Amino acid sequence: MNKFGYSVAQPRVIDYESNDRSLSEYLNALEPSFRRCIECGGCSATCTAAAYTSFSLRELHVLIRRGESRKIQSALKKCMLCGKCTLVCPRGVNTRNVITLARNFKVSLNNAV
Amino acid sequence: MMKNEGKKRIWSDYQKEIADDHFFYVRSCIRQSFFPGSEQFFLNLMRKVLGKDVYEDPAHTTCTGIGYHSDIVPAATIMTVVARHFALMKEAGYKNLAVSCVTSFGLYTEILETWKHFPAELEKTREYLFKATGREFDIPENVAHTSDIVYSFRDQIAAKAKIKLVNSITGEPLKIVEHIGCHYSKMFPKSGIGGAEFPHVLSGMIDAWGGEVIDYPERRHCCGFGFRQYLVQANRGYSLSNTVKKFNSMKPYKPDMILANCPGCTMFMDKWQYTAKELEGITFGEKGESIPVLTYEELAGLVLGMNPWDLGLQYHMVQSEPLLRKLGVEINASDKYKTKDGKQMPVPQNLINV
Repeated sequence: MNKFGYSVAQPRVIDYESNDRSLSEYLNALEPSFRRCIECGGCSATCTAAAYTSFSLRELHVLIRRGESRKIQSALKKCMLCGKCTLVCPRGVNTRNVITLARNFKVSLNNAV
Repeated sequence: MMKNEGKKRIWSDYQKEIADDHFFYVRSCIRQSFFPGSEQFFLNLMRKVLGKDVYEDPAHTTCTGIGYHSDIVPAATIMTVVARHFALMKEAGYKNLAVSCVTSFGLYTEILETWKHFPAELEKTREYLFKATGREFDIPENVAHTSDIVYSFRDQIAAKAKIKLVNSITGEPLKIVEHIGCHYSKMFPKSGIGGAEFPHVLSGMIDAWGGEVIDYPERRHCCGFGFRQYLVQANRGYSLSNTVKKFNSMKPYKPDMILANCPGCTMFMDKWQYTAKELEGITFGEKGESIPVLTYEELAGLVLGMNPWDLGLQYHMVQSEPLLRKLGVEINASDKYKTKDGKQMPVPQNLINV
């Protein structure tokens, strides 16, 4: 704790004005099925990685759409690309491709820096 | 399309009656410490500039509002304390109350409203006061916050103005954030000019004196004070976080200054800028500077050509030099911390915008 004994808490509102939604736009362009997600959570329910870690593909979708990209970087590493989520998705979202593209987007961003 | 007559009629519902003369003045606890020039200048403004009768009673005490909002002082006690103030006013022969503090103003209105709806409470309070002090009191005919009073005389002040709220370098009106204390009109909207929806008390002054009011997303957000958030050290992050949220919202509009009518708001918006800078290294003004926060008396004093150091601007955490330069006010830096007889006082540490 700092010398004042308290700190500034980050607001819990979703600030669409300042959030960077470039990853969401990138995925919409390269994997149009990404738009079809209804956040039912079928992917997370069948996910093997989610059984052992705090990984949730449904949460990842929500964060990407909101542009809260700070939280997704570490989550992307947890997916094993087994593809069970793609099999159960009722909307036919190519979830495995979403993860792969998101990882590549991160790489391309890092390369750009 | 609404007709102008209709607009005027609706707007008339948002006005409040403000007495013109003969005020019984009650001071704030914290303003005398943090903005010592403000209340003194209000008295000078009323008595010497506008020629009004303002009476101050040395027997007046705190309203105990801070204790009341902290759940330390019970409602019956605070009602009796306030009844004693009304008794002092009756003994001095005054009927118009002028309240310096927004917390006190909120309490006076809350207590008067309570007595109106629960007359038994009024009778109990009369009994408590009489048993404790032998005093009797009348309900004031008019209760106004001192910002209401300055608002009602804003055009007379503008007519006597030495400077306008205009950037002397660019010729543009100064961009000013106005901040109304929550207890001024959010609890009892009819007690404030413009109600809770369109508070006009400070924006009216800014308009009359030549400035430009900034409308930003979190304009009506609390300053962050909130008695309970602040009083426990571990909870002060709630207070600071609210202030930072408000300042982040106003920052893109590049305000030249903030005008407030509540002692708590003025103090916290001033001092939290120092804390935010120390903790996170963030500032909210232009070029890494912080935004000066002034009281309406201090702003009226500047407009009337008063010396900024006589108004007490040097006692704020965020110093006003950038604002004074924009206004074209000549300042003598060596007089900043001198007493009236020319003695040098200690210079405060860690000031911002120096």
